[in-house]
Amino acid sequence: MPDYGIDAAVDITSVVCPVTFVKTKVAIEELDDGQILLVRMNDGEPIQNVPRSLKDEGHEILKLIDNKDGTYNLIVRKRESGG
Amino acid sequence: MAVDYSALKKGGFMRQKQKDVFSMRLKVVGGNITAGQLETISNISRKYGGGHVHLTSRQGVEIPFIKLADIDAVKAELEAGGAAVGVCGPRVRTVTACQGAEICPSGCIDTYPLAAAISERYFGKELPHKFKFGITGCRNNCLKAEENDLGVKGGLTVEWKKDNCILCGVCVKVCRESALSIADELINLDESTCNFCGRCVKSCPTDAWRGEPGYILSCGGTFGNQIAYGLEVLPIIRGGDSFFRAADAAIDFFAKYAKPGERFRPAIDRAGWDVFRNAMEEALDA
Ligand code: SF4
Ligand code: SF4
Ligand code: SF4
Repeated sequence: MPDYGIDAAVDITSVVCPVTFVKTKVAIEELDDGQILLVRMNDGEPIQNVPRSLKDEGHEILKLIDNKDGTYNLIVRKRESGG
Repeated sequence: MAVDYSALKKGGFMRQKQKDVFSMRLKVVGGNITAGQLETISNISRKYGGGHVHLTSRQGVEIPFIKLADIDAVKAELEAGGAAVGVCGPRVRTVTACQGAEICPSGCIDTYPLAAAISERYFGKELPHKFKFGITGCRNNCLKAEENDLGVKGGLTVEWKKDNCILCGVCVKVCRESALSIADELINLDESTCNFCGRCVKSCPTDAWRGEPGYILSCGGTFGNQIAYGLEVLPIIRGGDSFFRAADAAIDFFAKYAKPGERFRPAIDRAGWDVFRNAMEEALDA
């Protein structure tokens, strides 16, 4: 897998909707614009909703990686708020 | 003076158990009521009714305890306040809708303008029995399309745009039908399993899916004494023109084949689903 230069990681596998997105949002807010966050999430509902919610907030999804253990890593770049 | 109850019912005044009072049904389209209409409803309920309203199971509003003697005054005040009386009996009823693509992030079609167009064309039309339209913006089916005589469900016909794709893999995962797969840097769409839900379009970070809105119709749903889900007899259809050709055909079929007092479902059952499907297909081909 290519190296995305991950700046921070958050694990949301122990929480359920809507806390999944809240936790993700808090984690991404702590980053600087353009930095990269890794979000580890469960299959199912989080996969359906978290990438889309991040997209709707203007962040850039780079990759979804299957960890082959029922979890996925989503790589996302924080939106540049200047524009 | 003899009271013409059927005329009152047709005009949306429902006889109550209590003598000479009526529950007045209002015309509501797609579940949308303006703040101004709400004010009018509130004032009328205070002045002529019991100070409350009833919200019906099909997005309707009724003001109970309207006295027979006040009916004309109530009608006039409603009209002046931008609201209108509804209908009951054997005719096209309130057209219901969810909020659809204008408001809901999951929406595949604009439900409200469609509800307004359907209501404009058919509301109150006399038929052998009641006829209900319901519109739901996507597969989530918040409005329960299949409960209606003619249910409309929004869907997207999707197409992958290779040049925009960064092969992130999100769409493959979000597709609940497993219609998508990645191999050799290409995304393969299995059209036979795609159900037009639009999740790939909505979740793709680079807009690499194009989604063309369409209508999935379900016919013959009924949830009263008889319970039956509406069935799909046509593939997904596109555009208002085709939609209204299909809707006209369904209503014409109902008018032609149903006995007086018979719902759409038993009428189709009796005439035969093949005959019905042919009528619908012919209308679309015409
Ligand atoms: S049916 Fe779809 S578009 Fe309509 S409210 Fe539900 S989720 Fe939203
Ligand atoms: S529209 Fe829905 S079912 Fe069809 S490919 Fe996209 S996500 Fe899968
Ligand atoms: S979600 Fe979009 S960018 Fe990601 S693989 Fe699917 S089509 Fe490509």
